[in-house]
Amino acid sequence: MAEQRPSVQEMIANAGAKRNRKTLEKAIPVVLFIIAAISVLTTLGIVFTLIVETFIFFTEVPFFSFLFGTEWLPFSNTEARFGILPLIVGTLKVTFIAVIVAVPLGLSAAIYLSEYASDTARRIIKPILEVLAGVPTIVYGYFALTFVTPVLQQFIPELKIFNAISPGIVVGIMIIPMIASLSEDAMSAVPNSIREGALGMGSTRLEVALKIVLPAALSGILASIVLAMSRAIGETMIVSLAAGSTPRFDGQFTDSIQTMTAYIVQVATGDAGYGTTIYYSIYAVGFTLFLFTLVMNLLAQRISKRFREEY
Amino acid sequence: MRYMNNEAVMKKMNSRKIVNLIFKGIFLFATILALMTLAVLFYRILSQGIGYLSWDFFNNFASRFPEKAGIKAALIGSIWLMAVVAPVSMFLGIGSAIYLEEYAKKNKINDFIRVNISNLAGVPSVVFGLLGLTIFVRALALGNSVLAAGFTMSLLILPVIIVASQEAIRAVPSEVRAASYGMGATKWQTITRVVLPSAIPGILTGSILALSRAIGETAPLVVIGVPVIIQFLPSGVFDTFTALPMQIYDWAKRPQADFQNVASAGIIVLMSVLLLMNSVAILIRNKFQKRY
Repeated sequence: MAEQRPSVQEMIANAGAKRNRKTLEKAIPVVLFIIAAISVLTTLGIVFTLIVETFIFFTEVPFFSFLFGTEWLPFSNTEARFGILPLIVGTLKVTFIAVIVAVPLGLSAAIYLSEYASDTARRIIKPILEVLAGVPTIVYGYFALTFVTPVLQQFIPELKIFNAISPGIVVGIMIIPMIASLSEDAMSAVPNSIREGALGMGSTRLEVALKIVLPAALSGILASIVLAMSRAIGETMIVSLAAGSTPRFDGQFTDSIQTMTAYIVQVATGDAGYGTTIYYSIYAVGFTLFLFTLVMNLLAQRISKRFREEY
Repeated sequence: MRYMNNEAVMKKMNSRKIVNLIFKGIFLFATILALMTLAVLFYRILSQGIGYLSWDFFNNFASRFPEKAGIKAALIGSIWLMAVVAPVSMFLGIGSAIYLEEYAKKNKINDFIRVNISNLAGVPSVVFGLLGLTIFVRALALGNSVLAAGFTMSLLILPVIIVASQEAIRAVPSEVRAASYGMGATKWQTITRVVLPSAIPGILTGSILALSRAIGETAPLVVIGVPVIIQFLPSGVFDTFTALPMQIYDWAKRPQADFQNVASAGIIVLMSVLLLMNSVAILIRNKFQKRY
């Protein structure tokens, strides 16, 4: 053993290496901090980009006619109009239908998984829901255009090829896993002792679910719905493929519409040149979209913090 | 003297039990309905596209004729894209996670970084496309190259990788770290030789799942201006390229029914790649995950 131990001379020689190690130990946190700061730079980059290009847009189009204008005719030869309201209405139509589809189904799935399902059922259902969440949106878009729309046309004869209903339903299907899994998390966080107390008083499982668990998990459930709505608002490929490109400021669901995201895609795939008003308009629309989703995300965080019940 | 009207109680009890059963049925039905749509989607795509899968489909470039259209450029392009996204996003993501979990003290700057990451995860992918278009395509003059798209996608999935890596690092118990310090190891030695080796399966699983999201993501590529009709393969990261979801998008929006079947075939390829990546992720999780 003794000869394996380093001699004093070797230890002195090693001291230099140790000093190197010390500078390394000091440098590493700095390097890692810079890496971690890149995510902040990304956010700043997004905000900066959107603000600068949107500002240029507003030098060409007055702010109020953008915000309150009810006509979106960017490609008009005579007089282009940039009123964002039709695009917002289109986005809200799709989101509205998505919520109608996803909230009942997602919440039912969450209640079933957290209050009724056996361990085996849960082990089978949860991975399938995860697969549903992992399907690329382009695949959902294809499904909406080539399957859901033709099927719906059997029931609603006046439904056009491009409409708000079919992509709305499919966006709803897309956000079901989000509502189901986040709500289930919130409901599973309700302690079992409360459940058992209610069951011991003679409640049925339904009564436990609706009167005990649901109110206790309400903040998490509401947050999941708001987050899912934010996802629906930002969804791009489903609406680009199946909702059409006709901005309209009315209550029509069966005709071609256009959402904010679909307009950005339309311009990006079109031949509008760099530096034209149309080019800058996608930043103004993108900025509006960004603000919508940011507000929804902050709202979701606020809800889940504010109304959380601590056990 | 009777305090309870047993008959009335039983009657009420029975009706409550029946209501409970009915609702259980409704909840189960709703869950199965959601799962059924997945089955319908898979069946629909398989039945339409399987006939177009052939050697030629993998070996042909895009074409005006549906029977000659192939996916070669898109498949190779997606692999090129992943070759940029995987190292960049994992380097940034794991680095950020190590900083946040091992070094970051509780102060305003680090809190801001944390809040920022969770908000970044909620930004729509199409907005990331606008960022990529302005910064990478125009300002850095990378054009619609593999590199520009790769950087954009890396930033898009960065929050997912950071969160997954943070969870994996947090799962390593502090006793193990303490033991390492007790043996005289420095902080960085402890991280590289003790923490990371036991966190790496979790980090890899999360990263592969994030990459599989990047490979199916379309909107940022569309906004960046990635073309679809490409008759050559990229030979470097500065070359222009196309990717699987872009190609599928192009086929799906063509009016001819034949091209929609070609799109189905493309979707089968894309979903197979995703399935493969997810299987690898699950395999790593089950095989290498350490339980303390």
